[in-house]
Amino acid sequence: MSNAVERTDVLVIGSGFGGAITAYHLAAGGAKVTVLERGPWLQSSEFEHDYKLGSSYTRAFDFTVGDGMSVLGGNCVGGGSVVYFAAMPRAPRFVFDRHGSIGRRMWPEAVSRDTLDPWYDRVEESLSIEKQDWSDVSYAGGLWAAACNHSGRTANPLPAAVDNTKCVNCNFMMAGCRFEAKQSLLLNYLPAALAHGAEVRPLHEVQYISRTPDGDYRVHFNIVHDEDYRLQAGSGTIDAKIVVIAAGAGATPVILQRSEAHLGTMPHAVGRYFSGNGERLNTAIIDEEKAAALLGLDRGNGLAYAANAIGKGPTVANWDRLDGSLPEYTRYSLEQLYFPPGLGTILAQVPDATGPTWFGAEKKEILKRWTSWLTIFTMIEDDNEGVFGPPPATGNAHRISQQMLGRGNLSYQPTGNTQKAWDMSDAEVKEILEKDGLAKVMPWTNDLVGAYTVHPLASCRMGDDPHTSALDDRNELRGHPGIFVTDGSSVPGALTVNPAMTISALAERAVPGIVAAAREKGVDVTYGAPAPSGGKAGRRGVLPLVDGLTNR
Amino acid sequence: MREENARVAPNGEEDRTMTLEAYADTIVPGRKRTAEDRAIAGVSTDGGAVEAGALELLRWDATGIHDGVDDLADLANTHAEAYAAELGLALDEDVPPFVALDYGHRVALIQRLTTPGHPEKDFWVMLSLFCNMAYDSAAHLHTAEAMAAGHPGLLAMGLPRPGADGLVQFEDYGYGRAFARLHPDTTASGSPA
Repeated sequence: MSNAVERTDVLVIGSGFGGAITAYHLAAGGAKVTVLERGPWLQSSEFEHDYKLGSSYTRAFDFTVGDGMSVLGGNCVGGGSVVYFAAMPRAPRFVFDRHGSIGRRMWPEAVSRDTLDPWYDRVEESLSIEKQDWSDVSYAGGLWAAACNHSGRTANPLPAAVDNTKCVNCNFMMAGCRFEAKQSLLLNYLPAALAHGAEVRPLHEVQYISRTPDGDYRVHFNIVHDEDYRLQAGSGTIDAKIVVIAAGAGATPVILQRSEAHLGTMPHAVGRYFSGNGERLNTAIIDEEKAAALLGLDRGNGLAYAANAIGKGPTVANWDRLDGSLPEYTRYSLEQLYFPPGLGTILAQVPDATGPTWFGAEKKEILKRWTSWLTIFTMIEDDNEGVFGPPPATGNAHRISQQMLGRGNLSYQPTGNTQKAWDMSDAEVKEILEKDGLAKVMPWTNDLVGAYTVHPLASCRMGDDPHTSALDDRNELRGHPGIFVTDGSSVPGALTVNPAMTISALAERAVPGIVAAAREKGVDVTYGAPAPSGGKAGRRGVLPLVDGLTNR
Repeated sequence: MREENARVAPNGEEDRTMTLEAYADTIVPGRKRTAEDRAIAGVSTDGGAVEAGALELLRWDATGIHDGVDDLADLANTHAEAYAAELGLALDEDVPPFVALDYGHRVALIQRLTTPGHPEKDFWVMLSLFCNMAYDSAAHLHTAEAMAAGHPGLLAMGLPRPGADGLVQFEDYGYGRAFARLHPDTTASGSPA
């Protein structure tokens, strides 16, 4: 029956936070749900501690080089949740009142920290997010906290979706967690969606969406080779009444751009207003003797620190600049991070270099001190200055390597606001870590692959103003009823903290509206599933809000 | 003077390999393999990108640059000739022009080629990235095997050695004590207010 038209009620593009959360609730509510994921479906036993091209590290990741901005994102079933570092803070209150580049509030009137908190609670229950204690903090996090304290600042352990009883502190969570300590979507929303009959198809890369004669949507995909993603192994279509796009902020707008010829004009904000979440990295090279003398650090084995490799990504952040009374573009968090070799090491610069800063003899010398590196991750308020150019032939990038590396069409030229905020945060990191000679610090160079984000946002954002937002306040694409966008591209702008918690809360909040739209199209689906584990506390908190989210 | 027929044609396999080695050695410099080694500049006393396997990585089809690196080698030599002419440098004709540059000039040329605005910048950055990856992550080798075989980059950087099961695990991971005051506006769940 190869000529039969395949149909589903709800077609979900992407299986990261925005896709898995919506797929679960819609399947649990009774809809027939099909999820198309461009990456492979890896099991926990396949998550390797190996940097070889072709290992899970490169199979599950995508690194897309753009013009002025490179984007690191997930590329597997579970999406970003498989490769991310599981830091799950809520966005500070002032973020929702940001004006950004448009001179007025850029979030929808209906979304604030207060209105989002019940949805944050629902995610917290579903992903087992835990407040972390100092005893959970890695050596690198402890060092950062001690340095913050030494310079008169506060520091906070980061809430995280990590089961510490299973964690072995391997710092390989970017290659997928072998030990199921990280609470990726593979452990909660996705298996629950499957249990309710959802179907997940890996290595299906959606190219564009068209209309069917009867007014539904037809989703066109290519099948990607399971080892060499440059190769395609066929193509196909599935018809659906409702389409949920959650391909990630680096890919969702590209699918919509390519669909414009078939669906008609897209909102102006599709592929515009991209934000890199204001991200920037600094590498500090710690003076081990000073770390012992100034901060009293002692691992009990004669070493003060020398523990760059040990831990679970970011564990401690400085939030002193997350103060709503400060002017926009001067608020940011400074977070201890781990960055693995292979993807970023080349961008770290030599302090006090006499020659080139990113390669050469002096660079080799700082590589030899890699165990004493401390990476600090800055998240400022950027200006949503990213714009996507015309789509490539397929996918969201021209793939260069068999996996991981591609060239995309995103252009990002930092404005003065963004650059000043980066300069300000760089100066503060330097002030904290160079105090009394504790370390030497340099930001990563932007000269090679542009700025660098692991948290792409806002390329198809929600808002109240049709000129500067692509989605309404319920995540529906303007002018294209029945298409919803629920990934990081829906977030209006930089959050000053890690965004997965906010992306997830917005996806949870979008579900009642998607259910209502599906019901209008005759799908027999209801809203109200408990957490994937069966927990019902989060649901109790949001049920009073559901009616307000179901009317267009 | 080089002997007739001792080498393959100009811009042949040997010249290109030597040129790519010299490029990789500029990114992460290493020690000369023999006293006669011309590709390696010899500004370091231990293994660099070439010893780490840069050529194996560059020529592996999984990288996607494998079928472009010979062209890049030829282009590097064209740039080296122009650079030498501009600076009035006399190049030893026994080796490819890029290889004939001393380390300082190799560095200066790569800085030019990778400067924002250079029309070929993306290619040289990509080549540099893979040269660096050979050293900092041995992307052409299984990590555990590379470390067991004494990979110069992974060992020099002190990357953790995977156990017999190929996995990295740390029993001790933190200092286990509070180091700072919490931000006063922290919520009960540990988030910023």
